[in-house]
Amino acid sequence: MRVRLSIRETRGEFVKRVEEISGQEILACNQCGKCSAGCPAAMAMDLLPSQVLRLVQLGLEEALTSETIWLCASCLTCLSRCPKGVDLPRIMEALRQLVLRKEGDRLELSALPADFLSEAPQLAIIAGSRKYLS
Amino acid sequence: MRKVGVFVCHCGNNIAGAVEVERVTEALRSYPGVAYSIDYLYVCSDPGQDLIKEAIAERDLDGVVVAACSPVMHETTFRRTVAAAGLNPYLCEVANIREQCSWVHRDDIERATLKATQIIETIVEKVRHDEPLLPLAMSLVRRALIIGGGIAGLQAASDIAAAGYGVILVEREEGVGGRMAQLSGTYLNFDSTVDLLREKIEAVTRNPHVTVLTRAQVEELGGYLGDFKVKVRRQGNDEEYEVGAIVVATGYELYPQEWLSEYGGERYPDVIDGLEFERMLSPTGPTGGEIRCPSDGRVPQEVVFVQCAGSRDPERGVAYCSKICCMYTAKQAMMYKMQVPQGQAYIFYIDIRALGKGYEEFTQRGMEEHRVLYLRGKVSKVFPQDGKMMVWGADTLSGKGVEVAADLVVLATPMVPSAGAFELARKLRVATDKHGFFSEAHPKLRPVESLTPGVYLAGACQAPKDIPEAVAQGSAAAAKVLSLFSQEKITHDPIVAVVDSELCAGCGICVEVCPYEAREIHPLTKIAVVKEVLCQGCGACLVACPNKASQLRNFTPTQVMAMIGALV
Repeated sequence: MRVRLSIRETRGEFVKRVEEISGQEILACNQCGKCSAGCPAAMAMDLLPSQVLRLVQLGLEEALTSETIWLCASCLTCLSRCPKGVDLPRIMEALRQLVLRKEGDRLELSALPADFLSEAPQLAIIAGSRKYLS
Repeated sequence: MRKVGVFVCHCGNNIAGAVEVERVTEALRSYPGVAYSIDYLYVCSDPGQDLIKEAIAERDLDGVVVAACSPVMHETTFRRTVAAAGLNPYLCEVANIREQCSWVHRDDIERATLKATQIIETIVEKVRHDEPLLPLAMSLVRRALIIGGGIAGLQAASDIAAAGYGVILVEREEGVGGRMAQLSGTYLNFDSTVDLLREKIEAVTRNPHVTVLTRAQVEELGGYLGDFKVKVRRQGNDEEYEVGAIVVATGYELYPQEWLSEYGGERYPDVIDGLEFERMLSPTGPTGGEIRCPSDGRVPQEVVFVQCAGSRDPERGVAYCSKICCMYTAKQAMMYKMQVPQGQAYIFYIDIRALGKGYEEFTQRGMEEHRVLYLRGKVSKVFPQDGKMMVWGADTLSGKGVEVAADLVVLATPMVPSAGAFELARKLRVATDKHGFFSEAHPKLRPVESLTPGVYLAGACQAPKDIPEAVAQGSAAAAKVLSLFSQEKITHDPIVAVVDSELCAGCGICVEVCPYEAREIHPLTKIAVVKEVLCQGCGACLVACPNKASQLRNFTPTQVMAMIGALV
């Protein structure tokens, strides 16, 4: 399936919002792939982190449907190694925010089993809330 | 009877590892004519050369054989050594016991040692019959011919003229400036090429040492290094010039875009090549610098640049990278964005080759500051659809086939040698490569010399090059010319053919076979004469001569028979 690229998308609202929320210049990434090479969660992802960013560069909103943005643990390994200083965790966060703002929470806190809540570290609960709640 | 000294080199372990050099040295000591024989670790080293000089002085040697590596390597070295000791350099010969013996017989020391001994014995026989020779003096016209008035030729001309030597600059077009004059600006800083050129052109045209011939072409070339005779056809008239050196700077043109049928160049007005886009960007161009779609004059909102349009394509016969396109495409996309800030520029590429100081940073600036979207993949097809040019390509980074409905498509077609370069190369007796670019004498160490003595190369006539490289080559070629012109006299190797007038019947076969046009039948005596400065000592005439009247100095039948006698 051939994808139509056009100025409406490459410089459209989606790209603008990602850049605004993340504060990143998405075209600064030259797709070297170092982020994907070192990502500790990459083995579970449907798209590599660099591929998610590539979709954003092309203005393709399908980046929002990737599981990768939810699997990103914000560990900052990619940022610490990026030769261009691109803050990919912020871009991942921006993509998550766009989904959450549109579709609402992805986590029902009250539905979590009581024994899970009592056993899970408090930090994990806070981080999870931050990540999955709008 | 000649007193020959033999110097056997170990070359570290290179020779001594397969040849017992002490035994060889000992065996040679009793060979007829050998007055002295010694081995040494590295004869080419300073102490090794001193050994030769001392032996010549102390033992009154009048012949030297150095048994070592190939004569290509160090013959000049050792001949200089014996000359320094007062001996005629042509009484020194090199016996190759490395490339032709030790390196190929490492498995059989016994026979390698015997073979080395025999090789040396043959060379001893040769030296015993060598004659002292003097280099041949050649005339030197201290004036250069430069073919092509682009930036490379202008640079060479201004450098040579600045040193005070005469320059004849031949340019095919109405004026000098070449391709650079057609460009809008340079990459890195967008300098106006017109301004940059003006200064260079004035330096050349105002210099009293330079004669600029426009609408002129080289018709014929005769003569040789130091004394070429050039016939130039200018505006219908033939003019003759004498020059001592030639710089070829005939530049390039672009691969014809109509040959790229899948991209529709020349078929659709809104598909153009890089030079056409340069003209559009140039204030002196047809649109006065305004970027417009050729079809209807609208301002293009989306422009697709196609890199490697025809290059890196062995199937099309252009296997090479055209080298400058990555950079000029980045520049063109940025200049487009400066003029049309709301527009979008797409660049399809296979690799971004930004190999130069500040080049990588420049292409990155295009992406970050001007939001040029690079798409990694070669475009497959361009065709009209709904008033736009539909571009089918791929983005291998995302793994997606993509399409762009563009207003304007710019093809970065490869540089090819300029029209007529091949015919000129034939006239100059200079080799070209399979693409028609002029061949340099050595790809690493002699990049601005051709294999024809006295003919130098500058700029894109040799391979794709950008402006700074063409300028560097123009200056480099000028330096070569100047080092020639600053010599007091030039000489030619005296190992040339001679004709025994008693034996020559004037049949003319040698004239036919000589590849260097170094032979003619004398109009009065009707026998063959050798034009010594043209003769390269190849020996073709010796083989061809039915009367054995042709001989080569220091390769006489007596010598060759004596050498064979040493072996059998």
